[in-house]
Amino acid sequence: MEIELLRTACMCQTVICCRVTPLQKAQVVELVKKYKQAVTLAIGDGANDVSMIKAAHIGVGISGQEGMQAVLSSDYSFAQFRYLQRLLLVHGRWSYLRMCKFLRYFFYKNFTFTFVHFWYGFFCGFSAQTVFDEWFITLFNLVYTALPVLSLSLFDQDVNDWWSFQYPQLYTPGQLNQYFSKRAFVYTVLHSGYSSLVLFFIPWAAMYDTVRDDGKEIVDYQSFALLAQTCLLIAVSIQLGLDTHYWTAMNQFFLWGSLSVYFAVIFTMYSNGMFLTLTSSFPFIGTARNSLNQPNVWLTMLLTSVLCVLPVVAYRFLRILLWPTINDKVRYKVRQDKVLPPTPRRVQARRTSTRRSGYAFSHAQGYGDLVTSGKFLRRTPKSRPALFSQTDSPLAQTQPQFYRTISEREEPPLSP
Amino acid sequence: MMKEELETTNRPDNTAFTQQRLPAWQPMLSAGIVIPGFVLIGLAFIGIGVGLFITSQNITVLEKDYTGVETTSDCYKCSNPSDKNCTCKLEFSLSNLFEGPVFFYYGLSNYFQSQRSYGASKDEYQLSGDLDYFKTPVSACSPYQYDANQKPIVPCGSLANSMFNDTFKLYQIVNGTKKLVPFDGKGIAWWTDYNIKYRNPSVTPLKNAFNGTVKPSFWSKPAYELDTSDPSNNGFVNQDFLVWMRRAALPDFRKLYRRITEGDYASGLPAGNYSLEIAYNYPVLSFGGRKKVVFSNVSWMGGKNQFLGIAYLVVGSLCVVMSMVMLIVYAKFKFPEDD
Repeated sequence: MEIELLRTACMCQTVICCRVTPLQKAQVVELVKKYKQAVTLAIGDGANDVSMIKAAHIGVGISGQEGMQAVLSSDYSFAQFRYLQRLLLVHGRWSYLRMCKFLRYFFYKNFTFTFVHFWYGFFCGFSAQTVFDEWFITLFNLVYTALPVLSLSLFDQDVNDWWSFQYPQLYTPGQLNQYFSKRAFVYTVLHSGYSSLVLFFIPWAAMYDTVRDDGKEIVDYQSFALLAQTCLLIAVSIQLGLDTHYWTAMNQFFLWGSLSVYFAVIFTMYSNGMFLTLTSSFPFIGTARNSLNQPNVWLTMLLTSVLCVLPVVAYRFLRILLWPTINDKVRYKVRQDKVLPPTPRRVQARRTSTRRSGYAFSHAQGYGDLVTSGKFLRRTPKSRPALFSQTDSPLAQTQPQFYRTISEREEPPLSP
Repeated sequence: MMKEELETTNRPDNTAFTQQRLPAWQPMLSAGIVIPGFVLIGLAFIGIGVGLFITSQNITVLEKDYTGVETTSDCYKCSNPSDKNCTCKLEFSLSNLFEGPVFFYYGLSNYFQSQRSYGASKDEYQLSGDLDYFKTPVSACSPYQYDANQKPIVPCGSLANSMFNDTFKLYQIVNGTKKLVPFDGKGIAWWTDYNIKYRNPSVTPLKNAFNGTVKPSFWSKPAYELDTSDPSNNGFVNQDFLVWMRRAALPDFRKLYRRITEGDYASGLPAGNYSLEIAYNYPVLSFGGRKKVVFSNVSWMGGKNQFLGIAYLVVGSLCVVMSMVMLIVYAKFKFPEDD
C-alpha cells in the first residue's frame, strides 16, 4: 500500500496532505527516503512538524508565530518560509561547490606530493628517502598550502546570489553529484599522476650531469630537494589559482603570502644562524643561497610550472567551448551583462510546475479558500524548450522540465 | 515598535563580509586571454630554448670510463680488488683546443649516495668540531660508530667512510716528454660548506683533537693528515672531503676534483696527446658500479645539458600549435549566445 501511495504521489507534481498527524508527516518523509534515492528536506514552523523535521535529511525550522519548537530540532532555521529559496539556491549551492572544489584540490595536492616520492624511489634504491626536505614535508600542509585552500573554501562563488535566483537550473549539478563523484576522483588521481611525473622527471632530466655556472655541485641531494619542492609548491599554487573563480582580497593575500612565506622560511632555515643554533635540525645550510642563484634552476622551475599548468588551462578552455555546463553558460552571461549594460528587465511570464514533487501539510484552516478560488490556476503553463535533460536523475520524469523564475526581490540587485 | 525591534534583533550583519558580497575579481578563461597567452608563452619558450640549446652545444665534454671492465683497457689490471696501490694510465688526445677554464670531475655510476640510511649515517656535531661527539658519536653512524676495540671513529658514519680515494695526475705529451698539467684544488666545494657547515675542532695542533679516536676503516690516512701541506685544507675542511660529503641526489653523478686554470693551460687544454695517471684505490666492481673521468667547461647555464634547450623548444612549439588548435575550435564553435 505504501509503495502504491508513493508511486502515485510521485506521478504528481505537487501533493497536499491535509489533516495529518505529526507521526504521519514523519512517515511520509520516511517513505520517500526509503524508496527513492533522494535527499529530503522538511520545513515547518510548529511543534507538530518536529518529527517530520527530524525524519528528513535536512530539517528547516521557521521561528516565529508558532514558537521555537521547530527551530530547536532543525538543522537550519530562519524567520520566513520564503528564505528557503535563498537557503537552497544560494547558500546550499555555494556550499556544495566550495566543498567539492576543496576536496578535489586537497586530493590533488597531496597525491602529487606523494607520487613524486614514488618516482624518486627508483633513484634512491627504494630506501624511502624523501625527495623533499623534512621541514618542507612538515610545513607543506600546515603552512604553505593551508591558507590559500581555506580562502578558496570560504569565499569562492561561481555566480553571485542575484544570478543564482535568475537561474535556478544552477542547482542541478548538486543534485546530480557532478562535482565530486567517483569519476571526478579518478580524474583527480590521473591529474596528480601526470603532475607528479612532470614535477619529478623534468628536474631530473634538467639537472642530470650538470653543475653550477662556476663548476661546483648542483645535483647534490639538498639542491635537488630544494628544486623539487619549489617546483611542487609553485605548481600547486598556480593550480589553486586556476580553481579559484572569485578572487577576493583575502584570496590574493593568502595565495601570494603563502608563496612569500615559503621563500622567507627557506632562506631563514638554510641560513647560518639556524645551523649554528640547532646543528642537526637544519642540515640544509647554504642550499638556498647556492642553488637559487643559478639560472638553470629557475628555468627548470619555469618549465615545470608551465608544463603542469598549461594542459589544464587548455583542457578547461576547450571544455567551456565545446561542452559548456550550465555554470559556464551563466558565468558567460554574467560577463556579457557586465560588458553591455543590461536591458531593462521585462517581467518574465510566470512558468509553473516544478520538476519534483512537493509536499505541503496543513492542519488549520489554512489557505484552502484561496486555492479553490482559482486565482492560482488562471495562467496556463507556457511550454519552453528544456535547458538540459535530466534523464539520469532518479527523480526525473520524462517530460520537459520547467523552472519557476522568481521575479520579486525586496533589495535592488547588488553588483550582479 | 516592539515588533520591529523583535524582528531586527536577530538579523545578521549586513556587511559585505558577512553577506558574502566582497568585491572580487572574477576572471574567466576567455579566448582573448588564453589564445594570445599561449602564443606568447610559446614564442618566449622557443626563444629561451634556442638560447639554451646553442649554449649547450658550445660546451665541450670529454668522458672516459676507467673502471677496467674491458680487458683492453690499462686499468683492467687494477680491477682485481686484492691488488692495492695499483696505478693505471689513460691515454687520450685532443684534436682541438679544449677551452678553459677546464673542470676535471670524477664520475660514479650505479652508486646510490641517495640511499636513505647511507645518507643519514653521519654526525653533524663531529663535523662542526664538537669535541664531545668525538668521544661518543651519534648512533646514526652505526655500524661505523665504534671500531672493534670500542674506540670512537672520527669522522663516523658510512658516508665519510666511503670517501673516494682515487687520485689523478694529468700529463701532456710534448715532444715525447711528459709535462704535468697543474691542478687547482682550492674552492671546489661550496663556500658555506667550507666556512660554516664543517669546522675543525679548535685545537692546535689538529692531531691532538683526535686522541683516543680512530680513523674510518676504509681510509688510509686519518682526517688530520688529509692534506699535511696546507692546514686550511686539512681535517674536516679538506676540499675533497667536503665535495664527497655533499651527497648526490642520483645514482649517476660526478664530483668536482680539480680545475685547470694555471700556467700554460689558463686558456684551456691545447690540442695534443695526454696521459692521465690514476691511482686506482676505489673498488666499485663488486656492486656493478663504474668510474669515469670527465673534462668539461661551463657556461651561464652550468654544464652540458641538452635536455633543457630541447624541452623548451618542444614545449614552446606545442604551445604555439595548441593555440592554433584552440583558435580553430573557437572560430568554429563560438560560444552559444542563447541561454
